[in-house]
Amino acid sequence: MSAPTYDLGTLHGGLRLPGRKTESTRHAILNMPIPSQLILPITQHVGDPAQPIVGIGERVLKGQLIAESEGSLGAPVHASSSGKVIAIEPWPVSRRYGDTAPCIVIECDGKDEAVKRADTPINFTQLEAPDVLQKILQGGIVGLGGAVFPTAQKLMQARTCEIDHLLLNGVECESYISCDDMLMRERAGEIISGAQILMHALQIDVCFVVVESDKPDAIRRLGDVLGEISDGRIILKQVPTIYPSGGEDQLVQLVTNREVPSGGLPSDVGCLVQNVGTAAAIHDWIIDNEPLISRVTTITGDGVANPINVRARVGTTIADIIEITGGYTEQARQLIIGGPMTGKSMITDRVPLVKATNCVLVLSETPSSGPELPCIRCGDCASVCPIQLLPQQLFWYACADDEKKMRDFGLMDCIECGCCDLVCPSHIPLTADFRVAKGRIRELADEKARAARARLRFEARNDRLERERTERESELAGQKASARKAGAAAIAEILKRKQKKSEDDE
Amino acid sequence: MLTAVITITAIALIAGVGLSFASRRLPSSDGDLVDQVNDLLPQTQCAQCGYPGCQPFAAAVVDGQAAINLCPPGGEDTVRRLADLLGRDVIPLAEPVTPAIAVIDEALCIGCTHCRFACPVDAIVGAHQLMHTIIESECTGCELCVAPCPVDCISMRPLG
Repeated sequence: MSAPTYDLGTLHGGLRLPGRKTESTRHAILNMPIPSQLILPITQHVGDPAQPIVGIGERVLKGQLIAESEGSLGAPVHASSSGKVIAIEPWPVSRRYGDTAPCIVIECDGKDEAVKRADTPINFTQLEAPDVLQKILQGGIVGLGGAVFPTAQKLMQARTCEIDHLLLNGVECESYISCDDMLMRERAGEIISGAQILMHALQIDVCFVVVESDKPDAIRRLGDVLGEISDGRIILKQVPTIYPSGGEDQLVQLVTNREVPSGGLPSDVGCLVQNVGTAAAIHDWIIDNEPLISRVTTITGDGVANPINVRARVGTTIADIIEITGGYTEQARQLIIGGPMTGKSMITDRVPLVKATNCVLVLSETPSSGPELPCIRCGDCASVCPIQLLPQQLFWYACADDEKKMRDFGLMDCIECGCCDLVCPSHIPLTADFRVAKGRIRELADEKARAARARLRFEARNDRLERERTERESELAGQKASARKAGAAAIAEILKRKQKKSEDDE
Repeated sequence: MLTAVITITAIALIAGVGLSFASRRLPSSDGDLVDQVNDLLPQTQCAQCGYPGCQPFAAAVVDGQAAINLCPPGGEDTVRRLADLLGRDVIPLAEPVTPAIAVIDEALCIGCTHCRFACPVDAIVGAHQLMHTIIESECTGCELCVAPCPVDCISMRPLG
C-alpha cells in the first residue's frame, strides 16, 4: 500500500542531501548484549538534572527508578539492567555543552532481573487523560528525535492549548541516520499503538504519520499496520526528501501549511509533534511496562567495519557497541555523535549511549572544505535557509557583535541546520558562528537580568534603610516629646509638693 | 538681494528665539540619559568608581564629571557601550578586575554582622553571634564586605 501525497504546505529552502542510509539498513536491528558496565548520566533530557535515589553498593534491578526528576521540567532515569551501583561520579558524555556530567555507574550481573510490576497490562482507554500523562512522566520518556524534551511535560503544555493535530515524525532527513527508518520497518505496530495512546492522552482525533519518500519499506509496513487496525483517525503522509523537513517547526509547516510563530511552539498553531521512536517508547512503557531503558541507534560511516542499526541499553558505552558490531576500520579518524550536520564531534568513545543518541558516525577523514574566504554576499545562504533568515546579514552583525541587530534579524530563530554552511562558496562556518553568537546573546541577557536583580535589591535595601531611619527618628521624637511633657508635669508636681510643704511649714 | 537678506535674517531670528525658548522651558532629557547610562552599568553598587553607587556614577558621567572608564566590574564592554551611547571615545579601563564573588569562611565567622550591613544588595544572611553566609546567586562581587570583617574570613573567589 502506498501513501497518498496530498495538500502539503511548502518549506522554504532546504537541501537535497545524499542519503547514505543504505549501508546501515541492509541488516535487521541488532540487539546488543548486556554490557559489563552501565554509565547512566542523570541529565539525559532538557531541564533540571534528576536526583539519584540509590546509594553506592546498592543492588538495582532492570527498570528500577534510580534517579527521580525534581522541579517542573525533567525526567527520571531507570536502571537499564540489574547489577550493583559502584559509583556516582562525573564521566565524559556527549552533551552539546560541557564535557563531563554526573553519572550513576552500574556493574551489571548479567542476570537482567527486572523489577516486578503489575502482570495485567493496563487498558489505557479506561484511564483518564491526566493519568496517562502522569504515567508517561514516570517512564522517563523524552523526545527521541534528538531534542530529548521530556514528553510528559510537552504533552501537558500542549493540553493547555487548543491542539487538533498530532504529527508523528518519521522524517529522518539528515544523511546517514536510519534508526527511525529501521524502527518503522520492524516495529510499525508499536509506533501506531503509541500514537493511539498519545491521541487518547491529548483527546484529539487527527494523527498524521509523516514519512519521507525515500523510505518505501517503512511506508509499506506502516500502511499494512494501519490497514489491519483500520483506525480512520490515523493518516499516513509521505513528504519529499528535503533536509531539514524533519525539524519540528518545518514538519508542521510542510504537513499543515501553518507557520509556527517566531519564538513560539507548534502548539501555538494547534499541532504537537512526536518522534516515531518516542511513540514506540510510550507503547513499551504503557502496554509492556518497560521504561525508556534502551533505544535504536545507527552505527555508520566509512570508519566502522559493519554499518548497522543496534538496539542498545541506555548507558552502554559507544566503544562497547562499536566493538560488538565489528570494530573500526583502519581509516577511522573522526567520531561524531549525531548526524553529520547537527552532531557533535567527540574525542573519546568511552561516552555512554544516552536517550538522545540517534546516531554514531565514524568518518575516515575530517571533511575539509577549504580555507575561509570573505563573504561575497551572493545570497545563496538566504535561498536555502528554511527559516527564511538572512545568514549573510546575520554573519555581518555577528562579526560586529551587534546584539540588537542580530535579534532584530531573527538569529534566535536559527535552528542550526547547517544548510548555509554547505552552500557557502566562501566556506564560512556560519552555523558555528551563529552558535557562538547565540551563546553570547544568552550570556548578555543573563548579565542584564542579574544587573536588574541587583538593582532591585539595592533599591529595596535603600528603601528599607530609609524607612528604618524615619521610623527611628519618629520614635525618638515621640520619646522626646513625651519626656518633655513628662518633664513639665514632674516640675509642676515638685512645685506643688514644695508649695504644700511650705504651706505645711507655715 | 535685500529681500533675500531680510528673509533669511528673519527666519534665523525666529528659529533662534524658538530654540532658546525650547532649551530653557522644555524639560531636559538629561534625566532619561542618566537612566540609560545606569541601565548599561552592571549594578554591582561597588563604589569602585568613587561614587556611592551605579546611579550617582551615571549622573556624574552624564554631567561630564566622571570618565567612562571607571567601572571595573563592567569591563571593556561597558566602556564600549557607554562610548557608543554618549558619543565619546573608547578608552581603556582604568583598573581592570576579574569578576569574582565573596565567600565567607564559615568556620571563622564570629557573627559580628558588620558584613551584613556593608552589603549593598542584601546578599548576606546571618544573625548576631551566628554564622553568616553569602547568597551566591545575588552577590555582585563588589568587595565592600571584605574590609569591615574583623576576622578576615571573607575572601573573593574568581568566577569562571
